[in-house]
Amino acid sequence: MDSTILAFLVQDGLTNGAIYALLGLALVLVFAVTRVIFIPQGEFVAYGALTLALLDTGRMPGTALLLLCFGLAAFLLDLWSMRHRPRIGEFSRSVLVNLVLPVAIYGATWILAPMQLNAAVKALLTMAIVAPMGLYVYRIAYRPLADASVLVLLITSVGVHLAMMGLGLVFFGAEGLRARPLSGGSFMLGFLPIPAQALWIYGCTIAAMVGLYVFFEKTLLGKALRATAVNRLGARLVGVRTQLTGGTAFILAATIGAVSGVLIAPITTIYYDTGFLIGLKGFVAAIIGGLASFPVTALAALGVGLVEAFASFFASNFKEIIVFTLIIPVLIWRSLTTDHHEED
Amino acid sequence: MSLLLELRDIRVSYGKAEVLHGVSFGMERGKIVTVIGANGAGKTTLLNAAMGIVPSTGTILYEGAAVPATVEARVAAGMCLVSEKRELFATMSVEDNMELGGFLRSGVERAETLADLYQRFPRLAERRKQLAGTLSGGERQMLALARALMSRPRLLLLDEPSLGLAPRIVAEILGIVSELRMAGVSILLVEQNARAALEIADEAHLMELGEIRRSGPAASMAADPAVVESYLGTGA
Ligand SMILES: Nc1ncnc2c1ncn2[C@@H]1O[C@H](COP(=O)(O)OP(=O)(O)OP(=O)(O)O)[C@@H](O)[C@H]1O
Ligand SMILES: [Mg+2]
Repeated sequence: MDSTILAFLVQDGLTNGAIYALLGLALVLVFAVTRVIFIPQGEFVAYGALTLALLDTGRMPGTALLLLCFGLAAFLLDLWSMRHRPRIGEFSRSVLVNLVLPVAIYGATWILAPMQLNAAVKALLTMAIVAPMGLYVYRIAYRPLADASVLVLLITSVGVHLAMMGLGLVFFGAEGLRARPLSGGSFMLGFLPIPAQALWIYGCTIAAMVGLYVFFEKTLLGKALRATAVNRLGARLVGVRTQLTGGTAFILAATIGAVSGVLIAPITTIYYDTGFLIGLKGFVAAIIGGLASFPVTALAALGVGLVEAFASFFASNFKEIIVFTLIIPVLIWRSLTTDHHEED
Repeated sequence: MSLLLELRDIRVSYGKAEVLHGVSFGMERGKIVTVIGANGAGKTTLLNAAMGIVPSTGTILYEGAAVPATVEARVAAGMCLVSEKRELFATMSVEDNMELGGFLRSGVERAETLADLYQRFPRLAERRKQLAGTLSGGERQMLALARALMSRPRLLLLDEPSLGLAPRIVAEILGIVSELRMAGVSILLVEQNARAALEIADEAHLMELGEIRRSGPAASMAADPAVVESYLGTGA
């Protein structure tokens, strides 16, 4: 293997690793705040990528309609839970968040989609369509189970994952799509050409990490999320509602999923079920980080990307197996070193 | 004037075992009311039920109306519990804990209250960057109380604020509790340290095995032979 190939593999590994890092962070975030192992994280990637690819062709993405359906379902659930104590404030908030918001986004998509605007607008529109789904998924599937055990929440996640993948098939069909890069061309780094899209990926990943850091360290809402992760009851005792932190965590996760989808849509062909495998690699990183540590998760994700790149060069048939096998020594090491404490 | 808090026939069960067998009492605004009783009498359970942490049957009226359904809504309505376990955010700084205490307040109010409380608890001000989990027991107790005060409560529920503290710090904390009453906060105080509690309280209830056995003004309870014998020890 010469140094050119080595450099290519490293670059490829880091590009994918950056995406896995984003997804791993989202998984850690959701788990810490809500104790949900967010298997459907990958579906948001697929939704984001497919939405962007369809916007590229000037068509109306199916996710816009799906967003309306999710919003409506969330609204009906809100109505049902308000049936004993109807409150005007809660009701109007629910109308705004679950009906007005998705209708507005749908309308904007309907107007903007055929206009073939520039890449940045399409990327933002994609995020606007996919991010609120996180909130609705939380409202529909997880919020009613706020006090359930981790196992019940995990089973729910499997269900949500299968449902969202099925909906992906319904709304996008079975064929794969690829989006145009946010900006074309490439730069030379010495002898190695770096595609502009890779720079977008590095840039967005770093920006997202800095953004999350500032959010968690400097804003009161971010601190409330951390507080919920540290001590659920303590957070409730200072008046932090679980719905607020849970909803915020899911919106962030969906946003991160959508961003990842936008970033990888131009470099791989995405099918309705591709997201799951991508999400799983983020999950490997998150597990290595113990579902708790952001920095370890980010580093592990880069490692996963590199291992995957080299595995696909040396043993491409076994690349997935090699990546997922990484988790085994980590699990063994963890089970030997951590003392088991009861789940609270 | 109507009662601030009224409990009517509160019952709580853990699994099949009922541990509160119909507790009823009311408390007026601006008073310190104390509940004393032996270990396992159900004092903590009573406060947790009042705050909505454990489900209960019976009626809880707060400021003349049915108490809000959730813990968070009760905090928003001006109730605040300093739990027996303190429930601090151990891996966050003292200052973050304080700020979160004022989560439902506006930014301006939060900053004002924080400055006030740092004056009252200089030890917390010195340690504002320290992680809450690394504080000493007494400091932790102070932080729990200060964090509760950040929400500017109208009704403060205190569960054993003096637990495990040296006498000097007990006096300091109970002194702060009396000051709070002067400032118009109503306090429902649960204490093992019955003597100290009766000294600062206006009214007292004696709890045994999940029931209120005796009630009365704190001074007369302190002189009640039954209370003296079981809870204040001989020579009181
Ligand atoms: N989560 C629980 N599950 C089962 N039983 C419980 C639980 N919490 C408390 N109990 C029981 O309920 C009874 C009352 O407990 P509680 O903590 O209210 O007592 P307490 O008066 O606060 O005691 P102490 O002075 O020791 O704090 C005890 O017998 C206790 O064992
Ligand atoms: Mg107790």
